[in-house]
Amino acid sequence: MQLTVSKVGKTYDAQSVLSGISFEAADEERVLLLGPSGSGKSTLLNIICGLQSADSGWVSIGSEAISPSNGDVIRKRNMGIIFQTLRLVSALSVKANLALAQKLQNGSTDPAMIDQTLERLGIANRAKARPFELSQGEAQRAAIARALVVRPKILIADEPTSALDHANTQTVAELLLEAANDAGATLLVATHDDRLKAHFERTLTLSDGRLES
Amino acid sequence: MIGLAIAYLRDRPLTTALNVLLLAISVAMLVLLLQFGNQARDRFERDMRGIDLVVGSKGSPLQLILSSVFHVDQPTGNIPLSSLQLLRRDPAVKRTVPLALGDSFDGYRIVGTDSSFADLYKTKVASGRSFAAPMEAVLGAKAASETGADLGQEFIGNHGFSEDENGNQSHDHAPFKTVGILEATGTVVDRLILTSYESVWDVHGIAHADEVEGGNQDHGDNAHGQRHRTHSTATLHPPPDMRSPAILQANGTELEPELTALLVTYRNVSGAIRVPSMVNRQTEMQSAVPATETARLLALLGASIDGIRIFAWLLALTGGLAIFVALLNMARSREGDLALLRVMGASRSQVFLTIILEGLITAIMGAVVGWITAHSLISIARSNFPTLADLGLTPWQAAPAEAGLIAAVLAIGAFAALIPALRIYRIDPARTLARG
Repeated sequence: MQLTVSKVGKTYDAQSVLSGISFEAADEERVLLLGPSGSGKSTLLNIICGLQSADSGWVSIGSEAISPSNGDVIRKRNMGIIFQTLRLVSALSVKANLALAQKLQNGSTDPAMIDQTLERLGIANRAKARPFELSQGEAQRAAIARALVVRPKILIADEPTSALDHANTQTVAELLLEAANDAGATLLVATHDDRLKAHFERTLTLSDGRLES
Repeated sequence: MIGLAIAYLRDRPLTTALNVLLLAISVAMLVLLLQFGNQARDRFERDMRGIDLVVGSKGSPLQLILSSVFHVDQPTGNIPLSSLQLLRRDPAVKRTVPLALGDSFDGYRIVGTDSSFADLYKTKVASGRSFAAPMEAVLGAKAASETGADLGQEFIGNHGFSEDENGNQSHDHAPFKTVGILEATGTVVDRLILTSYESVWDVHGIAHADEVEGGNQDHGDNAHGQRHRTHSTATLHPPPDMRSPAILQANGTELEPELTALLVTYRNVSGAIRVPSMVNRQTEMQSAVPATETARLLALLGASIDGIRIFAWLLALTGGLAIFVALLNMARSREGDLALLRVMGASRSQVFLTIILEGLITAIMGAVVGWITAHSLISIARSNFPTLADLGLTPWQAAPAEAGLIAAVLAIGAFAALIPALRIYRIDPARTLARG
């Protein structure tokens, strides 16, 4: 599904965080949004996900403009989102987290798909584990699994490899790409980790709230 | 969302258990108060129906009512047989039921009376017939089922109202014969053994004729009176230690035929004005109004019951407060989780509902545990304290007011969750996610 970001601007306390951000990600395209901490990556992702409103410009998912007022619905219908730290609901097991994600999206669960996804990500043996029992790598895989089981049309990841070692970083990057391929989803990954650059066909660099050309 | 709410409750088992326990204790106390209050009041009303006045020996009016109407206390003493004639002749009196108490069988009180008793309590014979001849007895439904008595069987009464009250003072010389079993009435009659009051005199060796003019319609034949005279002089004189002053009093060396109490129904309102004062003028007698004495008893108990009720509601509110504090703390510590739910596509309302459900489920568990505890306690108490069984307390009978009580406790649970839920409702997922 196509993602369009057009002239998005955001200001906090009279300080510009994002200014004139415009880009498009075509259907099934893999895009890396690279930038240091404080460059505005998370704010931009929040606006793309409909969690925050832009002060100027707009974002559309397919043909539909997204904002906080319709964000719930569009996220539910189209998006799989992976966050840096908030990966899973703490009270539920890995498997129950995945089932809840499906339930929220479709109103029903697909246990076979859940098992398959966990198997593919190599954490089938951790299906019954609670989030606090997982290692960093396992938790990140579980978060990817949670994003994938809803069959997203756009997969968005915010700093998916932070706090991971080199080997795990490579594995997670490959998993994301594979998962996006399998799901036929557009992939947008925001990171400060330029080790990921090699895995993506297109990189956008964000600096001080502006995209570098 | 219910599954998620349950998962969150299971995630902090100790807090959940404590909150459930607080609510359960308060619900149990409130249900117990409600059950005792309702069932005792119902029972009082059923047992008192049709009795406007009780006449008995001087003493505590409450004791007179308890012993003669509810059959749970010792009688105050005896009154002359002539009092029955006195009241039956009064035009303002519709019905006077004589009672001669003092003995029991297997813990069930033997009540000497006449056919007016059946008229007052609207009893019906389920099997057999009513008592007619001396030493014939009719058993109330519960007395029959618990003692296993059957038609034609004989039994021997004990002196006093319980088996160990007066040692082993059985009236072996005068067995009763079971001639009838009554239908269950849901009143005190179910626990009584009825016989003619002349039979009670016979058991205690009291000489008597058919002294009551127009009194005992069942026993009006001359041969019957003659038999009693013969018995009293020849065979049924009791040993001196069985002449209980509390039950059938000796007057000098000769035992006089006496009664324990009279249950009076007025014909009209003038009875209420005139009869009590007329009775109270008699030096040996007092009158007591069951409704007044019962109201006094309930008023005496009422202050304590109200105190316990207030305490129980305070406990319920404390339970609500505990839920509130737990959910508020949870809302703070779980903002990330709930923001993640929002990102996963849960609406504000769904997240709000999750918190409300947590409060509600806690309250439901408290209410269910409390209700079961209360009714189990009634069941246990009923098995261990015969007085409660005598009061007719039924263990697993839900009172309609319990639904209101449980609804109130559920409302406390939901209300306690309201502020934490609103806090979560207003959560800004983007800001929470930004904080990590």
